Amino acid sequence: MTPVRRLRLPPLVGGLLTLCAGVAHADIGTAIHNMFSLPADMSHLKPTAVVMFSIFVLISLLITWWAAQRTKSTADFFTAGGNIGGFQNGLAITGDWCSSAALMGIAALLYSYGFDGLIYSVVPFGAWPLMMFLLAERLRNLGKYTVADIVSLRFARVPIRTLIASASLAFVVGYLIVQMVGAGTLISNLFGLNYEMAQVIIGGLIVVYVAFGGMIATTYVQIVKAVLLLSGATFIVVAVLLRFGFSLDGLYQAAVENHPTEEAIMQPGGLLPDPVNAISCGLMLLLGGAAMPHVLMRFFTVPNAKEARLSVAWAASLIGYFYLLTFVIGYGAIAFVMKNPEFLDAKTGLIRGGANMAAIHLASAMGGDLLLGFISAVAFATIVAVVAGLTIAGASAISHDLYANIFRHGKATDAEVMRMSRIAALSLGVLGMVLGIAFKDQNIAYLIVLPFTISSTVFFPVLFLSMYWRRLTTTGVVAGGWLGMASGVLMLVLGPTIWKDILGHAEPLFPYKYPALFSIAISVGTMFIVSLLDKSDRAKQEIAAFEDQYVRSQTGLGAEGAVQH
Amino acid sequence: MDHCYRAIDADPRFHALARARSRLGWGLGGVMLVTYYAFILVIAFRPAWLARPLSSTTVITVGIAAGVALIVLGVALTGVYIWQANRSFDARNRAIVDAARRAV
Repeated sequence: MTPVRRLRLPPLVGGLLTLCAGVAHADIGTAIHNMFSLPADMSHLKPTAVVMFSIFVLISLLITWWAAQRTKSTADFFTAGGNIGGFQNGLAITGDWCSSAALMGIAALLYSYGFDGLIYSVVPFGAWPLMMFLLAERLRNLGKYTVADIVSLRFARVPIRTLIASASLAFVVGYLIVQMVGAGTLISNLFGLNYEMAQVIIGGLIVVYVAFGGMIATTYVQIVKAVLLLSGATFIVVAVLLRFGFSLDGLYQAAVENHPTEEAIMQPGGLLPDPVNAISCGLMLLLGGAAMPHVLMRFFTVPNAKEARLSVAWAASLIGYFYLLTFVIGYGAIAFVMKNPEFLDAKTGLIRGGANMAAIHLASAMGGDLLLGFISAVAFATIVAVVAGLTIAGASAISHDLYANIFRHGKATDAEVMRMSRIAALSLGVLGMVLGIAFKDQNIAYLIVLPFTISSTVFFPVLFLSMYWRRLTTTGVVAGGWLGMASGVLMLVLGPTIWKDILGHAEPLFPYKYPALFSIAISVGTMFIVSLLDKSDRAKQEIAAFEDQYVRSQTGLGAEGAVQH
Repeated sequence: MDHCYRAIDADPRFHALARARSRLGWGLGGVMLVTYYAFILVIAFRPAWLARPLSSTTVITVGIAAGVALIVLGVALTGVYIWQANRSFDARNRAIVDAARRAV
């Protein structure tokens, strides 16, 4: 996650209107021209980066071609036929989890704020043990293709799927914009390609991966990326520590000497401005992180609960390891980049390309052009793979939840659902490109709060209560889910980041940057009250159905595609 | 399938397993939640506690060490869970499901 800073965005209408207006305002002709023209100054193209990225693209396309042969049914398309092993899935989850924000964003936060950046390494990690203990096995035992399948086991199909699919799409689109804009900016810095061209390359690759290779291609692309990311980060860390004879204290000493705030970079500062924000942000990262739809989808790609457990164990270990590396990478950037004129803007003295480039410059300082090229390619691969993961989660919400289960009442054939998934993947790819271009040059860091607020307010409470609380009913879920989501979005819009900084009002109408604490309270509270008040026959049936769902969640008996022995 | 679920529900071994699993999950989850939230609350209310260096000869602070320790603790707790689950839960689960299948 990158820090939320002052925005240079004209005061447009909030929400989705902003998106549309953004497109209209941008000079579409220029955008399209830029899309297909090579940069005027080719000297910016970094040959090592381009070669390494091309190799990644080639490998990923080969994977997609291979996967396409194996994608014959909707089960193959959505869940890779449930044939992914625990270790592979753990790597793929690591890939889904570690977006470019994890490498570059955390390095940027550490570079700018020191210790406070670590909060974004340590706290989200807490979601992993939580997932392992409370959700992973039950998810696998109850699920089929999407999160909505779990919840619609005992609740009314149409209202529940509408809620979950809408929340999934809001999550996916919010996250997608962050990734696409990040990618465009990165690529103009790294490869010298122009922004629009970058959007087209990423959008195009994603559509090919997802539409043709489905979950099989997405999973293996994600695995390749995770291996690249972990090895790249390890390489930087070893190179940094080598300079200090593997003395951590030496590294931190050098960082303290280099940073204008000196010792303060080793101490908690003011990034989380007050206790309410701190608690709310912590809750958002912990619960939201434990229930992201594109990550949860991965639990359905393994054959049984045991492999699901194994995937979480691997994911937790690899992600934990990665986060520990950020402790060195961030401070390494302070030590080697902050005072090095090579990486600073000659006029302003600030870091070239912004704080997000801290990790990339560090790679250059440690291993010259070769490591720089490698890490640039890793960063690009990271974005492409995460966007692919988001796209398949979005496509499954559209084709499986909305189209097959609501629009066609479960009567669509396999072939029809597959076709709809491909259309959905194409649409999401194009939408990603359009939004990416619309949000060009805007600070979109605040948009990362939206998906996390939604997953902590809707997905986590709904999943958790449906598994653990017998008395939950459809009316409770629907009322709480919609109310929680609406209030979360409203508080975000009226809060300091959007209302004050973006829209330019003097005072925010809602005082906190992170609304999760309040929106979760609203959603959970409503679910409790409405469920308890629900005395309908439908509610009685749903409560009675808890028993069977409980047995299945514990034993895995009856789970789709699960191997029992 | 419904009959199978009924048979399992009637098996006391099933409820013993569910209890054991939930005790372990909530126990470890509790340790995790308490330590993580303690960390967040200390950052929010008593940042000075984390700002102290570990010793007079180092710049590494209690906060940095606590951050590393929390991540290591998280990985260790998942390790404990998976060890326990592989060692005993899977076999017990299989026995219960098989018995129910035979009975139906």
